[in-house]
Amino acid sequence: MYLLKEEMIAHDKTINIMKTDIDTESVLQIKNLNVHAGDHHILKNINLRIPKNKVIVLLGPSGCGKTTLLKCMNRLTDINKELEVSGHIYIENDDILNTSTNVPLIRQKMGLLGQRPYPLPMSIYKNVAYGIRLKGVRDKKMINYSVEKHLKEVGLWDEVKDRLHHSPGILSIGQQQRLCLARGLAVKPRIILADEPTSALDPISSKIIENLFRDLKLNYTIILVTHVLRQAVRLADNVVFMSNGEIIEQGSPQKLFKHPKSAKLKEYMVNGN
Amino acid sequence: MFSDISFTERRNMNKRKIIEEKLFRVLSAVATYSLIATLAFIIILIFIKGFHALSWDMVFKAPKGGYYYGGEGGVLNAIVGSLYISIGATLIATLIGVPAALFINVHLARYKRTQNTIRYIIDALWGVPSIVYGAFGFSLMLFLGMNASLLAGIITVALLITPIVVRTFDEVLCTIPKGLYEASMALGSTRSEISFKIIFKQGFPGFITALLLAFGRGIGDAASVLFTAGYTDLIPIHLDEPAATLPLAIFFQLSSPIPEVRERAYAAAVILTIIILIISLAARFLSKKYTKTNLK
Ligand SMILES: Nc1ncnc2c1ncn2[C@@H]1O[C@H](COP(=O)(O)OP(=O)(O)OP(=O)(O)O)[C@@H](O)[C@H]1O
Ligand SMILES: [Mg+2]
Repeated sequence: MYLLKEEMIAHDKTINIMKTDIDTESVLQIKNLNVHAGDHHILKNINLRIPKNKVIVLLGPSGCGKTTLLKCMNRLTDINKELEVSGHIYIENDDILNTSTNVPLIRQKMGLLGQRPYPLPMSIYKNVAYGIRLKGVRDKKMINYSVEKHLKEVGLWDEVKDRLHHSPGILSIGQQQRLCLARGLAVKPRIILADEPTSALDPISSKIIENLFRDLKLNYTIILVTHVLRQAVRLADNVVFMSNGEIIEQGSPQKLFKHPKSAKLKEYMVNGN
Repeated sequence: MFSDISFTERRNMNKRKIIEEKLFRVLSAVATYSLIATLAFIIILIFIKGFHALSWDMVFKAPKGGYYYGGEGGVLNAIVGSLYISIGATLIATLIGVPAALFINVHLARYKRTQNTIRYIIDALWGVPSIVYGAFGFSLMLFLGMNASLLAGIITVALLITPIVVRTFDEVLCTIPKGLYEASMALGSTRSEISFKIIFKQGFPGFITALLLAFGRGIGDAASVLFTAGYTDLIPIHLDEPAATLPLAIFFQLSSPIPEVRERAYAAAVILTIIILIISLAARFLSKKYTKTNLK
């Protein structure tokens, strides 16, 4: 068993080395994505490349389709029958919208962090273990090791190590949000989809999540929706500005916010913050 | 702004609001407490009326010859029959009802119209009077060439209470936030994992409520078992034997001209009430224990 643990650490390290290699090839590519809900054209011909190990910030006025775009990426749009999705989303050369691959397997490549935390109705420990078990790991020691690792990864271990078998309900919202992040990381995703993950949090918890994202970028690609321009400036490698279901502009935050080209972005920067 | 409303007028408005508030509070309190008082009154009345006849013999003995004329014995036959039938029927209703409710909520999540149609149909089934189920069970029984028996009673009562299990559990599942479904799906769980590991767990208190309602309806219903389970003074052992039930025991004894026998009807009612109380307390206890880690 000891060997197994060593092996896992070694495995993690090789992944880290592989992933930290500077690599700007895109992990995710969206081509001609359209989403309709009846007559409402929610996303209009979206084309987008997401580079590896970067933080991409999606920005735009409320109702412009940011959440819908994220949901397309892990096919949560399937839940809503009224949403008609067409186009292509390639993840590692697999077109996830037109594939025979099992949808749960596609979703496991992506971790979702919502606006509000939704811990599963089980203990703190089991919340994280759930993701590990989903990956087929059954060995108790290995699960213990991974739970600890992922809780440490989100800086929650010291706060919960004595209360692992309690309900997540005893945690603050900020802690619950980090628990949900740890649970998502346990599934070993390539990409983290974060939909306004700090909007329900206090400034300190927000800061913790922000700092986490900065570290996680080394191993994951992060697609972040936020309404906080300052957060976008602090975190983004790339900003994508959307309005009314279309991508209006994209580029580095310095370039975009200093010299916005479109009138819509100018207006958003004045009113949106 | 305020100048067109005088000071006294404003004060009167405030007063009116306070009075309204108080009135509403009193009315709601009266409604609540009168309900509880009625329940207490019913239970006390039954206890008083049945207390004399209540004895260990009542609970632990089957009727002897002449029991219905005031002779020796008890209603053990009906207690056992009722427990067999309602437990058996609740088991069947759970085995059908729980997967059905989970299916409606998880698998049919994107088909709102189908969901609502199914809910409408099950609501209608819930509303069908139990005598109709009894008649249906009876004709089914004749069709299959069965006699009035424990099995026929169990099946009929299961038909009666399955809609209760489905819709009660379903109503609770409806209150589970969409975000929890999405979060579970985003993790890459399959629908059956979501159903049984997450949604069932989160809805567990609702599941217990559903079982209790179903069990209560099952054990308390007379019309559905009248033709299907029959009645006998013997304690049922096999599924193809007829079985007595408490509601029918109460009914037969209440219609007796002999006062002692009528008293025993109340004693049987006390026993029925106590069984239901014990089961609901046990269920609530289990539910609390199992949902310790649920989010409130
Ligand atoms: N299931 C649905 N059925 C119909 N219309 C929908 C559905 N989901 C989203 N929409 C519509 O799509 C548009 C985009 O919604 P979306 O939630 O993606 O916006 P958003 O950019 O995330 O906004 P916010 O910043 O407020 O979260 C909205 O106009 C919304 O009404
Ligand atoms: Mg949104």
